[in-house]
Amino acid sequence: MTSASLPRAPMRPGILGAFRAWWGNHALAQVCVIAAIFVVAGLLGANVLDSMRRLGMAPNLSYLWQPANFDIAESLIPYRAGDIYAQAILVGLLNTAKLAFFGCVLATLLGVALGVARLLGNPLVSRLVQAYVEVVRNTPLMLQLFFWISLTHALPPVRQALRPLPDTYLSIRGVFLPWVQVENGGNLGWWLFVVLVVYMLATRLATRWRGRPLSPLEFLGWLATFVVLAGLWCALAGVTISVDTPKLNGFNIVGGVSLTPEFAAMLVGLTIYYAASISESVRSGIQSVSTGQWEAGRALGLVPGRIVWLIVLPQAMRVITPLMTSSYLDLTKDTTLGILIGFTEVTAVIKTSANNTGNAVETIIVLVAIFLSISLPVSLLINFYNRRLIRRGVIAR
Amino acid sequence: MSSATAIVVGRRVPVRGVTRAFWARLFSSPFNAVLTILAVAAVAWFLASFIRWGLIDATWSGTSQDCQANGGACWAFVRANIRLMVFATYPSELLWRPALGMALIFGVMLASMVPRLWGRWLGVAWFAAPASVWLLLSGFPGRQLPTNTWGGLPLTMLIWSVTFAAAFPIAIPLALARRSAMGGLRSATVAGIELVRGLPMVVVLYVSSLIVPMMLPFIEVNLFLSVEVALTIFVASYLAEVIRAGIQSLPSGQGEAARALGLSYWQTTRLVVLPQAFRSIIPPLVNLGIGLLLSTPLIGFIGMIDFLTAVRLAASQEQIWPACYREAYCFAGLIYFAICFNASRYSVWLERRTKDAAR
Repeated sequence: MTSASLPRAPMRPGILGAFRAWWGNHALAQVCVIAAIFVVAGLLGANVLDSMRRLGMAPNLSYLWQPANFDIAESLIPYRAGDIYAQAILVGLLNTAKLAFFGCVLATLLGVALGVARLLGNPLVSRLVQAYVEVVRNTPLMLQLFFWISLTHALPPVRQALRPLPDTYLSIRGVFLPWVQVENGGNLGWWLFVVLVVYMLATRLATRWRGRPLSPLEFLGWLATFVVLAGLWCALAGVTISVDTPKLNGFNIVGGVSLTPEFAAMLVGLTIYYAASISESVRSGIQSVSTGQWEAGRALGLVPGRIVWLIVLPQAMRVITPLMTSSYLDLTKDTTLGILIGFTEVTAVIKTSANNTGNAVETIIVLVAIFLSISLPVSLLINFYNRRLIRRGVIAR
Repeated sequence: MSSATAIVVGRRVPVRGVTRAFWARLFSSPFNAVLTILAVAAVAWFLASFIRWGLIDATWSGTSQDCQANGGACWAFVRANIRLMVFATYPSELLWRPALGMALIFGVMLASMVPRLWGRWLGVAWFAAPASVWLLLSGFPGRQLPTNTWGGLPLTMLIWSVTFAAAFPIAIPLALARRSAMGGLRSATVAGIELVRGLPMVVVLYVSSLIVPMMLPFIEVNLFLSVEVALTIFVASYLAEVIRAGIQSLPSGQGEAARALGLSYWQTTRLVVLPQAFRSIIPPLVNLGIGLLLSTPLIGFIGMIDFLTAVRLAASQEQIWPACYREAYCFAGLIYFAICFNASRYSVWLERRTKDAAR
């Protein structure tokens, strides 16, 4: 008797044997349980089909190619009433993606700033951040969104628009901000994206190859090189980049970028709510690094900046990364709350489609498929990351 | 970042006395001094404008004309509409029923906070309270009232407690199956849990409001039932993960010792694993409860009048009162905050207590 493990089914060779070992004890009972689940699901599904037939509906997805007779207030791609449902749903999905993307970016910026501010050692500031977190996390997100939408709907008309910052207008028509305008750019955005991905991969490879991460100075150096090269390339290719500012023009505001009141309220609400969670993640991540690590860094004669960059952040990121990722996922899921305040995200479009066509079940299948295809890969990634850390012995099981 | 290291490492500026240490930390570096001054300015500005709006210019009683004349917060609106906001459209001569029901649920909640009372009877109370509140609201015995007349804070609390009580019996087997050595069962459970957790609550509610009546054509499905089905499945999948984490946190020696004593799997689970796991999961359980309470306003989306929806509806009757959204949301926020903040303080206290006991 050398090991103290529980008795297991004896390991037989071959794929079948491995499967048998994985399947475990009570093989037949398990098959029965799983079969029972399928039978119940099948019965309920048959009931649904039956009910549909009684209401005179046949399940098919062809409605996706029929014209949708409703307008959508905001859209990233050309859309008007009469285009097909599939395109309407795509418009909703892009609105969701737009909100989720800018929400994640802004929430990260605010959340990291707040999380660091809480650890700066200033008791007043850290109490203030704590109060913010408590208020935000102990009231319903829905309430906060209702509050923000009531504020944006109470904004003055265009002629009396508020101007909290130069070239920024707040009016009942929405929020107008300056925006970068690229002329002659072609596929500039895609190129930037490709270069960024290559850059990130290259730094990772360099880190692995040299066995140490980039120092802040190297990091800034590479960034500067990148910016200068990009600028040079733009100058050579005749691309002009300018800032387009909104201007008051009669009864309208032209130029810049405009956010609808609903989008602005959603963006502010989600940013403020998720900044609170992210600040807590950042704080717990930094505090998870034991004080011995700081002391060891000081004993080696490192300055505080290098202790943070070389010792604390790499370890804190192991705690922060999965927490932040699940915050991003939650934020993406909470964009669906837009339906309650009139932001046309994907759920709202699908609900309207279901009401117009009567194809409720099919629209539901599309909706569920969309969300699962976003969230399942992300949660798989988180699990994979955690399992890797467990295997390396970084965190406890 | 030098001042960041100070607090994280616990290096304190050597100054005698609490107040002097406090002042020293407020102005320990020029950067910190700037931060302090900015923070003081922000707090002062916020408090000043809030006090001006909420206290000095506020109208505490009177009509909407008084409110418009004074310009500040219109608390008279909250006073005039408090019954509508808290109890929604429940018949006014029968308000003792939802009031008593709410008291019952809050009573069970408070009783659950006393560690000495933890035990079988509390578990029974968690099932008995929602059931009796349900009977009370539906009017048994006496005048029958359909579920669509229920609303406001009692409905929120009822849905909250029914969901929790119903999710537990589902979540425990799910958690055990997820920890099981039987691969087929484990994979089926993981698939089910991840499927539900991958969907937003709005989507789950919407799907159930459409599908559940179609799935059960032989009974009359009202909104209350479809909401409960959706929320129970949704919460059970999160609860299963919380319970699984609790079981996982036990040292494996516990289960092995029980097996060595000759206890069967079910005896080990019932007598050794679950009682210890429950003790360790109460703080995350409280957090899940807070999360559920804060998400209940979403049921307004499919047509139920929960507390927040009732408050919003009360504020939107603009012909009598000028749009008093801010006042209404302050009132609702205060109630949610009072419940959830105290619950989260309790959870922190409990965590510290468990840690001290283990030491």
